[in-house]
Amino acid sequence: MTAPSLAPGRTGVVGTARTRLEGRAKVTGAARYAGEVPFAELAHGWVATSSVARGRIRSIDTEAVLAMPGVLAVLHHGNAPRLRPGVGLFGPDATLQVLQDDRVPHVGWPVALVVAETPEQARAAAEALVVTYDEEPHDVAFSADHPGVYTPEARPPAPPDVERGDVDAELAGSAVVVDEEYTTPEEYQSPMEPHAAVARWENGRLEAIDSNQGSYAIAQYIAQLFFLDAASVRVTSEHVGGAFGAKGVRPHLVFAVMAATMLDRPVRVVLTRRQMFTMCGLRTPTAQRIRLGADADGRLRAVDHESVSYSSAIQEFVEQSTRPTRVLYATDALRARTRLVRLDVPTPTFMRAPGWAPGSYALESAMDELAERTGLDPITLRLRNEPAVAPASGLPFSSRNLAACFEEGARRFGWPDRDPRPGVRRDGRWLVGTGVAASAHAAMTAPSTATATAEADGTFTVRIAAADIGTGARTALHQIAVDALAAPPEAVRVRIADSDFGPAQFAGGSMGTASWGWAITEAAAALRERLALADEIPADGITVRADTSELVRARQPVERHGFGAQFAEVAVDPASGEVRVRRLLGVFAVGRVVNPLTARSQLVGGMIMGLSMALHEEGVRDTASGSLVNGDLAGYHVASNADVPPIEADWVDDPDTHNPTGIKGLGEIGIVGTAAAVANAVWHATGTRQRHLPIRLDRTLTR
Amino acid sequence: MREFRYGRATGVAEAVALHAGNPEARFLGGGTNLVDLMKSGVESPELLIDVRGLPLDRIEVAGDGSLRIGATVTNSDLAAHPEVRRRYPALAQAVLAGASGQLRNMATVGGNLLQRTRCGYFYDTIQPCNKRRPGSGCPAVTGEHRNHAILGWSEHCVATHPSDMGVALAAFDAVVSVHTADGPAQLPLPDFYLPVGDTPHRETALPPGALITGVTLPPAPVAARSRYRKVRERASYAFANASIAAALDIRDGVVREVRLAFGAVASRPWRAGTAERTLTGGPATAEAFAAAADAELAAARPLTHNEYKVPLVRNLVVAMLTELAEEAAR
Repeated sequence: MTAPSLAPGRTGVVGTARTRLEGRAKVTGAARYAGEVPFAELAHGWVATSSVARGRIRSIDTEAVLAMPGVLAVLHHGNAPRLRPGVGLFGPDATLQVLQDDRVPHVGWPVALVVAETPEQARAAAEALVVTYDEEPHDVAFSADHPGVYTPEARPPAPPDVERGDVDAELAGSAVVVDEEYTTPEEYQSPMEPHAAVARWENGRLEAIDSNQGSYAIAQYIAQLFFLDAASVRVTSEHVGGAFGAKGVRPHLVFAVMAATMLDRPVRVVLTRRQMFTMCGLRTPTAQRIRLGADADGRLRAVDHESVSYSSAIQEFVEQSTRPTRVLYATDALRARTRLVRLDVPTPTFMRAPGWAPGSYALESAMDELAERTGLDPITLRLRNEPAVAPASGLPFSSRNLAACFEEGARRFGWPDRDPRPGVRRDGRWLVGTGVAASAHAAMTAPSTATATAEADGTFTVRIAAADIGTGARTALHQIAVDALAAPPEAVRVRIADSDFGPAQFAGGSMGTASWGWAITEAAAALRERLALADEIPADGITVRADTSELVRARQPVERHGFGAQFAEVAVDPASGEVRVRRLLGVFAVGRVVNPLTARSQLVGGMIMGLSMALHEEGVRDTASGSLVNGDLAGYHVASNADVPPIEADWVDDPDTHNPTGIKGLGEIGIVGTAAAVANAVWHATGTRQRHLPIRLDRTLTR
Repeated sequence: MREFRYGRATGVAEAVALHAGNPEARFLGGGTNLVDLMKSGVESPELLIDVRGLPLDRIEVAGDGSLRIGATVTNSDLAAHPEVRRRYPALAQAVLAGASGQLRNMATVGGNLLQRTRCGYFYDTIQPCNKRRPGSGCPAVTGEHRNHAILGWSEHCVATHPSDMGVALAAFDAVVSVHTADGPAQLPLPDFYLPVGDTPHRETALPPGALITGVTLPPAPVAARSRYRKVRERASYAFANASIAAALDIRDGVVREVRLAFGAVASRPWRAGTAERTLTGGPATAEAFAAAADAELAAARPLTHNEYKVPLVRNLVVAMLTELAEEAAR
């Protein structure tokens, strides 16, 4: 064929609504998930977990279990393969060091893997396995006053402490001061698809199918963990049924690899819902104290935000809840402090806008309290404190259209007609109120590689180790590729989620589409250049590879963020304490939107998670046993369909030229601010502040 | 999960015979609770006897005007039945307040009565639990008990019964029909559920191996003006924090007859007899409703995390009876 002659972007597919490329396969059941791919000779692993919160394994009675029907092996710390320590996605990850010693750091820690011919046999044997422990006293009681609270080590993107100006002096000189504590509970990602993996050795290569957020990185870490050559490990993750931060490298995959290696046959490991609650991370509870000092006209003089969270005994994970405070409002003095306490609990991890979501609940609730105390409209107060540069770093913003979000949102929501008085609107047995909050999330881009191939038949294939965890990423990348190649959509196929495609950013931090899209754009441009010089395409096509590492590194240091304004209307029955959200509106400034259909779905989905965080989600931990009391989806409530009212999400123009794709990422910003908007609306409805999540009925009930 | 045998019964006597003498056999209705319990390791039967095919799936009005509901009638069919909706609206509302559409299509009346508690300690087999392992202790009393009982509990167990349907049945004097090895028998609902005492693992008076064949509701004209209200933390698919079934008959501002039952406050559906007696023959005012609720709740023993249920139930009694009184006045 001859090279295409269209100019880049001429096809204009980016920016148009497209249904998911794999949508039909998913709804018809043709799409296979990691736990569903059949293999001959497949064996099944079942994880046995600890029943104590702290101690040492005294004994594991493998003999009785090995005699059970179909049982092939029992792996434990006495016989499991040794793993390389110090390996992990973001530094050494102790949660991957399973079956390496006799220590038990929390209830639900994996202590053995039983492998059998069928999953039923493996489960029966794992449940029959008798493990005894030498128990030690444990501590799972989280509070900001815990004597073990300390300052964690600095790690990107946010150092634990920021101090600009004299916060104490500005507070002392402020006409109005808000000083309140806000708390959020343990929260769990709870993706629909459980963690699942199958591993097998094939012609000297370890091949794994896994449910995860980034096959390339995970293949790398599996190779390191098992002392393997990086090229000898391949991980694929074609379809993933949700992740929300919980699907990095997880023990189920380590177990599958261990067992496949020991038994030399394919082994599948799928976690139960209850196991997901103890082995796959969670969002730590937070206790946040916010102090705001302002002049009578609402101009902020001091912002002081201290957030305490927990991590496990074996791993330091820091929930960076002060992140919104570092970018949202101008202030004469700013102090942000992040503190940690280590408890005998499962290790927390990233979950749906880590840091941003719990932090925004505290900050945006406090801003509403400041609006009340200064007598200002909450939007007026926020616009009065719009910063010219980021308050913590002093750097300019790549683009910032928060004011436009508030203005457009206020118009659509009917905010200008709002009566600011709390507790005065009735609708039958319900008290009705409205609330608002700002949203923000980092818009980061990370290096990725992609290849683009011009096939001999005139079509194109783009390969990138991206992950589509249900977001619509595959479809968005196809749109980007189509435009970048200036080819008809049906002539372009995008293949993703295969570690053999080379390094690519994880599906996390709302960085996926921006990072992958940039690499695809570069690869497509390079291919077009090659094609312009090529007379004909050989049988195996022409392939070019792009790597954005240098481009990403060369970018100017500016503050890159998406912003938004969220509005909520709620109804509260004071006699029963029930809180129901009646409508939500979010207006966002999130750069270039690739696929309005799936983008809206992402934003609305985020807002539903925010609603769920506001009203429902709460892991309840029993201090006596150290165990979660509601570790299933009957006890751990996420919003049901009936809880979700009409939700509208839209965006304003937000051109951002600091990434050539113009994409900021919008996977997580939808959840940031929703909980505060709901809590502020509950105050407007009832006159009572809600400083603790979730807003349970026993917290709103009239006694 | 233990391997189990599965058998399907076609007749009541056959089902009971299949069960006879086997303490590890369980009757399987819709399986909406039992299968969950098996997955969680709480139940590990050796034999499941599927009773959904039994000819117990009808709702009939008997000659004396009572309503006979077969044990295998599904929740969906019960809630949709015109006689139920007309004569016992609170029962239809209660059934529709429970679970989800899919679960209601499967769940049966007999199974609904035998639902186990949703206490988190009961479901987690690493925890002690006097219901699951008699004598092992009750961690809920000193642990997490925000949705536990305020009435009728003992230090051996503070769990609640999760049924919505059962609350309406309690208000309407339901009688449970059972079939034992010796033949048919009748158990009025108050006798059907046993007090907690020191035997929380013994939840009902059903003899071993007995099968529930149906429920009979005696005629109750007062029930035609009845309502069920369930308070829960999400709008659907959640167990109650408290619920109430109420029926009210007023003449000239005086309460002639009243029925009140509460859910999610005790180990069984709680018939509020004290409140009913306090109200009957007295004025139908908000003050009287509140006083009656207080009289019933005088026996409440709330714990640290569930004290809110006392004002919640009180508020519900006042709100529901006020609504019914206003409806009667229209």
